[in-house]
Amino acid sequence: MTSRRDRRSPAAWYRDPWRKPWVLGAFTLGYLAWSLLPVLVAVLFSFNAGRSRVTWQGFSMRWYYGDPLRSVWHDSSLHTALTHTLMLGLLATVVTVPLGVAMALGLDRWRGRIPAGANLAVLISFVLPEILIAVSLLFVATVLTSPLRLGTSGQVLGLVTFQLSYPVVIVRARLLTIGRDYEEAAVDLGASPFGAVWRVLMKMLLPAIFASAVLVFADVIDDFIIVRYLSGDSSTEPVSVKVYNTARAAPTPALNALTTLLLVASLVAVTLGFLAYRWFTRGEKGRSLDVFAGEA
Amino acid sequence: MADGDDRRPPPGSRLLWPLLALPGTVWLALLFVAPLYVVLAILFGGVDPILREPVPVWNPLNWDFTQFTYVWDHIVGHAPFFRPALVRTVLYVTISSVLCLLVAYPVAYFTARYAGRWKGVLLAALIAPFWISYMMRMLAWVNLLQTDGLVNRALSVGFFHVHVDWLQGHATTVVLGLVYGYVPYMILPLFAGLDRIPVPMLEAARDLGASRWETFRRVTWPLSRTAVVVSLLITTLPMLGDYFTNDLLSGSPSTSMIGNLINNSVLTPGQTGQAGAFVLIILVVSIVPMVLYVRSTRSGQDVMT
Repeated sequence: MTSRRDRRSPAAWYRDPWRKPWVLGAFTLGYLAWSLLPVLVAVLFSFNAGRSRVTWQGFSMRWYYGDPLRSVWHDSSLHTALTHTLMLGLLATVVTVPLGVAMALGLDRWRGRIPAGANLAVLISFVLPEILIAVSLLFVATVLTSPLRLGTSGQVLGLVTFQLSYPVVIVRARLLTIGRDYEEAAVDLGASPFGAVWRVLMKMLLPAIFASAVLVFADVIDDFIIVRYLSGDSSTEPVSVKVYNTARAAPTPALNALTTLLLVASLVAVTLGFLAYRWFTRGEKGRSLDVFAGEA
Repeated sequence: MADGDDRRPPPGSRLLWPLLALPGTVWLALLFVAPLYVVLAILFGGVDPILREPVPVWNPLNWDFTQFTYVWDHIVGHAPFFRPALVRTVLYVTISSVLCLLVAYPVAYFTARYAGRWKGVLLAALIAPFWISYMMRMLAWVNLLQTDGLVNRALSVGFFHVHVDWLQGHATTVVLGLVYGYVPYMILPLFAGLDRIPVPMLEAARDLGASRWETFRRVTWPLSRTAVVVSLLITTLPMLGDYFTNDLLSGSPSTSMIGNLINNSVLTPGQTGQAGAFVLIILVVSIVPMVLYVRSTRSGQDVMT
């Protein structure tokens, strides 16, 4: 059967309605190579023994901890950037997720003009170019005398503002599929409205909450515009700003090592989040990854 | 309570929802809506003549349009030194968005329709760039595109000796950098939209005699149009404010975009108002697509329920 097909003319192959989509498949593979290989090369060169980022000079851990001056471990400007990035990620996630989940629950049921306005603000902040939020907050911090200060606190406030829409949008999508039956059943069985939300709805929302926490964390450690404008001095410059400042100024492979470490941190967070997500949705039918794919 | 009609909410719940929604609402009002007004107050305010510091004017009736007309005159007037950057923004963003769609649609289509048991793995690989920092992905290309980098070496195979300075103000590099940076964000919404199309509908089209191409043109494409619009918005709007891709891959004023204009003026004393004017331009330009987006999410929710 297959051998007969192989000997067909190209025209007959083209006209076969059930032919395999080789062209599309090759295109997709090509895309994956184009999308991931450059990053793999960058990771590879973080292990380079020499100073070059374009010529391979042998394997070493020099740029991670070997070099007494310029390795990530010994250069304080590099590891400060890494710890600051991770700290911003944790702080912003810890503030954003509860705030967003509560807001999603409230906006889902509260009717009126204020919630309609808030809803619009959420959707707009979801798609507005980040630079608008960053510039406006920078003006508030520098031109006005306001409690918003440049530095870690300002960065966290800005990041939470920009990220708040993620949990709101994801949790509301999940609320839509849950419906109100479980909650009404709980109230009928004697739970208070708050008890119904806390003990029934929250349990069902946990997967969505975890998904949004992972997304917010990954997005915050990737953030550049807001954290750069709201950083006070070099001690509050995260990895992205460090890369931006030094990428064109003949950096050493230590910069590659720094970004590789950030990638590892991000992958650990995602794996943990994914495992938790699988744990919470065990036994549920349907595509468990939808919440990651659809709303991001 | 037994009768379905008498389902009044219990007394406590009327307060519960506003209480839950209030912290987030106040947060957005204070740190999202109010700061945007601050931008307007600074743009339409004055500048301290000695300190070169902006003086915001809060009352719209007293607004002074000097700073805005200054920028506007340099876009449409006789000495249009802001105009090239704006034209480039439109060009680069349009070309990049179209290229993104040309790359993302086939990939999303293949993943949704033909990946079979590889779907999960493929999806994970397509999501991977989300977890890789944007700056790292750009840094990777900065390394590859050095004059002695791998790209030039790969192109030099054979008799040619390619020695292109990719990183010195090439529009092509910037556009390809934007495509590389933003394509992943486009693939996922497209995949979600294409994955939702019921397969029996496509089978019916084929059974009724439509060719592959006709099935695509008359069934798949119309059904995926919402996803295409949403994915275009999700990538195009952030590209409008992008300046770091440009700075890393070109760094030359000959390829600067509106984001670079903002970034260059925002930290310069006496030019904060200019930055405000460019911010306002981006805001006005993004409002129409945003209204489209909000409407599309509404209709999407209607379909889902």
